Amino acid sequence: MISPIVLEVCVVCLGIFLLMAESFSVKSNKVVLAHGAIFGLLCVFILSFFIDASPAQMQSSGFYVVDDLAMFFKRFAILSTIVTLILAVDYLPVVQRLVPSEKPGAGTGEFFVLPVFTCAGLMWMASAADFIVIFCALELVTISLYIQVAYMRRSLASLEAGTKFLILGALSTGFFVYGITWIFGMTGQTGLAEIQRNLTINTEANQMAILFGLGMVLVALGFKIAAAPFQFWVPDVYQGAPTPITAYLAVASKAAGFLILIRVLEPFLTVLAFQPKLILVLALLSGMTLIYGNLAAIPQINFKRLLGYSSIGHAGYLLAGLAAVGDAFAGRAVVFYLCGYFLMTFLAFLVLIPVAKATGGDDISHFNGLARRSPFLALGMLIAAASLAGVPFTVGFFGKFFIFESIINQHFYGLAAIGVVTVASGFYYYFKVIRAMYWMPPAEDAAPVNISFLAKLAVAICAVLIVVLGCYPQLLIQALP
Amino acid sequence: MSSLSPLLFLILVPIFSALFILLGANPRSTSILGSAVNLLFLLALVVFFRPMELGYQFVSTFPVVPHLGISFTLGADGLSLVMLFLSTVVTLAAVCVAKTPDNNPRWYYASLLLISSGVIGAFASVDVFFFYMFHELALIPTFLLIGIWGSGDRQAAAWKATVYLATGSFILLLGIIGLYLIQPIGTRSFDLREMIANAQAGLIPDAPGVYLLLLLGFGILVSLFPFHTWAPQAYACAPAPASMLHAGVLKKFGLYGLIRIVAPILPDSVQRFAPLLLVLLVCNILYVGYITIAQRKLDWMLGYSSVMHMGYIFLGFAALNQLSLTGASLMLLSHGLTIAVLFALCGEIRERTGTLDFSELGGIARICPKLGLAFGFAAMASVGLPGFVGFAGELLVFFGAFASGEAKMGIVDGVEVFGFNFYQIATICAVWGIVISAVYMLRAYRRIFMGPLPERWSRLPDLSGFSRASIILLIAVMLILGFFPQILVNLATPSLLVP
Repeated sequence: MISPIVLEVCVVCLGIFLLMAESFSVKSNKVVLAHGAIFGLLCVFILSFFIDASPAQMQSSGFYVVDDLAMFFKRFAILSTIVTLILAVDYLPVVQRLVPSEKPGAGTGEFFVLPVFTCAGLMWMASAADFIVIFCALELVTISLYIQVAYMRRSLASLEAGTKFLILGALSTGFFVYGITWIFGMTGQTGLAEIQRNLTINTEANQMAILFGLGMVLVALGFKIAAAPFQFWVPDVYQGAPTPITAYLAVASKAAGFLILIRVLEPFLTVLAFQPKLILVLALLSGMTLIYGNLAAIPQINFKRLLGYSSIGHAGYLLAGLAAVGDAFAGRAVVFYLCGYFLMTFLAFLVLIPVAKATGGDDISHFNGLARRSPFLALGMLIAAASLAGVPFTVGFFGKFFIFESIINQHFYGLAAIGVVTVASGFYYYFKVIRAMYWMPPAEDAAPVNISFLAKLAVAICAVLIVVLGCYPQLLIQALP
Repeated sequence: MSSLSPLLFLILVPIFSALFILLGANPRSTSILGSAVNLLFLLALVVFFRPMELGYQFVSTFPVVPHLGISFTLGADGLSLVMLFLSTVVTLAAVCVAKTPDNNPRWYYASLLLISSGVIGAFASVDVFFFYMFHELALIPTFLLIGIWGSGDRQAAAWKATVYLATGSFILLLGIIGLYLIQPIGTRSFDLREMIANAQAGLIPDAPGVYLLLLLGFGILVSLFPFHTWAPQAYACAPAPASMLHAGVLKKFGLYGLIRIVAPILPDSVQRFAPLLLVLLVCNILYVGYITIAQRKLDWMLGYSSVMHMGYIFLGFAALNQLSLTGASLMLLSHGLTIAVLFALCGEIRERTGTLDFSELGGIARICPKLGLAFGFAAMASVGLPGFVGFAGELLVFFGAFASGEAKMGIVDGVEVFGFNFYQIATICAVWGIVISAVYMLRAYRRIFMGPLPERWSRLPDLSGFSRASIILLIAVMLILGFFPQILVNLATPSLLVP
């Protein structure tokens, strides 16, 4: 059997190989690189099913865990990178236009290679069981994302987004390290398992200090998952970044943040003295994030920005699920929601890119009349918007349903009441897109909407999965850790 | 998994028709054919239905989320069969009446059929969760129908209806989750049969919070006062077939849910909050009734009248006895048929004259006698004249409601008293509602069909073709069931579980 670490090694090697190929090849068509990366990642994805599930020597080191959750998120990361690359292929003309170079196409190769390194970081993060490893993986992900966000050097928005992301990201990293030092200082450990052991043995430890350290870590993770009040970077960065990278940030980076949150909170939640406080903090964060994300999304007219706010809103629902951790099903509800979020957000971006390419902008009004210009894409976006809003028979509905079932079971009536407001406003702003596509006439001079075969396939797969899982969620629930 | 329920066929026919239409089949003929097949299939089911048996028939179940007790369970008993009949008949009439629009006819018919499959699915579901899900299937088609093919201020109407319905249904979802969670652990299920079994075994505590959530959720969907403002606007602006389906069938979902789910499971809460509900429903009848009289346009008047009539059905639910619930069930059907005919005729008039303003219309009966006759029939049925189903329904509701509550009249505890309880006061107010509806219906008839015929309307064509056939179909059903309401009573009574 194959040792699980092989997966990460493969991905890193793939990245290095592609980078070399990019440097030494004379071909100017960089799309081959993207296809190579997609193919390589698919191979790793298939490989991940042939992993030795109980590598004792790795577990005992305390750095690296391979449980169901980790494997699940490794696959999640690989798939989201693949979809990002598919998006990137469609987005290539925009990047070419906005990256200065002597001959066309030069300087775009890294655009396809960097996500592969990010993917390796995400996979590492999935298995990280020690604050130091978490930190390293987190930095690998974040630093490669800094470059990707600011990739389009001629676009002011992209540069602005990159700067904002860099400064705030660095700040949050500072918080993270600071928090780790406090926790290390009080427990003498950086491994999560050891921390848990020390916490249960030594109940006399200074709880305030540990909570303070944990609070700092939560601030940093709140930044990652875009929870209010650490969400200020999201709208600008999402709007300015290259669209595939926006999607990557919205899905993979956020999911990784939630995974780390689950891993970090686990040892602390088992301590009875911490549990009520932590749950209260999570519930408060969730409430704020829900309200901010959903209400601020209402007046948006730019679709990318709208998706940025919506990703804040969805972080709120996910946090609500984490707050309901006492419910036996809450953990799986969160992971289920993440999977649904993966499908519907990527579907929205998959439609957005060709539309933006054809119309020259990514405002909601650029979707006008899409139903007549490209019924296929319009149907895809209809399904994505319905699912994001939480209309039944889509996976988004079941995601919300499971989360709310858990939180009502845990008697968080306040969050449920907030949910009424946020779900209603969600319907409003997601339906704005449907309105543009179906009610409005298309612009006179609109160019035809073209879409590559791979992207078309991805749209079809996402749309079908959203509906199938919306009718029969058990398919996914069975596969959840 | 048991054998497949024939009810699945009823749900799938409209969905597949919609798919075929989107893939390129002729929209109009495909949807008429699909709806006709559905109606015939339902009539065949009625033949195989055994009315003497208690409980659900044609049951099939398929677990969807086992650990939460959610399963895709279909089944029908007398009352749901009545509602299914209403759904299929109105669907057929709606697609026949529909005028193929110039822009995007495929989505137009597909949306109508999706609404239809949603309501059929809701009424055929035994599982509360799927009952809810199917209702929501209509949300996006409604949004598209009003927004694209509506008239007047259609965009505002579509937004308002969508936001109201989405909010209402989310509150309803919270209520349904509450209903699930108040059941004892181990026996929790979304299956209505198991819920009712738990309730009858006394395992479900009284839960006022859950009841209020359900009442609020269902109330918004049924346009209970003061959450009714979306309805008249949406119905006035929607194209005629959409109003027919929405006001005629979809809105009955909420009342059906109250009668079906809430009444047997939370009867104590229903009684505890009856005064509140009675006040609201009297507002529905009187306040909205007076607003209806004040309307100057036929579409708005019909929209308000359909809100007003919900008050009677709420009264039947609030009184919570055998008689009143039977009456309420009858009214679900009668109001559905009546309002469907009225909206169909309203659409016909709009198509001919381009206006629905009473001040511009008049004398149309002279050149469109069939249209006038049909409107006359429907107006009489709406008022509740004997000979139509509505009469039997209203009568039962009033008798039932008047007998409800503690006696304050006659000899109580050896003392002779004369007074009215809440139910009786509400009933008296509701009876006054009949006068109100007579006023506005007769006035509308006079303003549109009587009086001098303006010169510009002198060449209007009369009803013909598919529209005439579908309106005759609806009126025939109304008359037949109006003369033999016992058919309905026999069907509905066994499924009403009176606490």
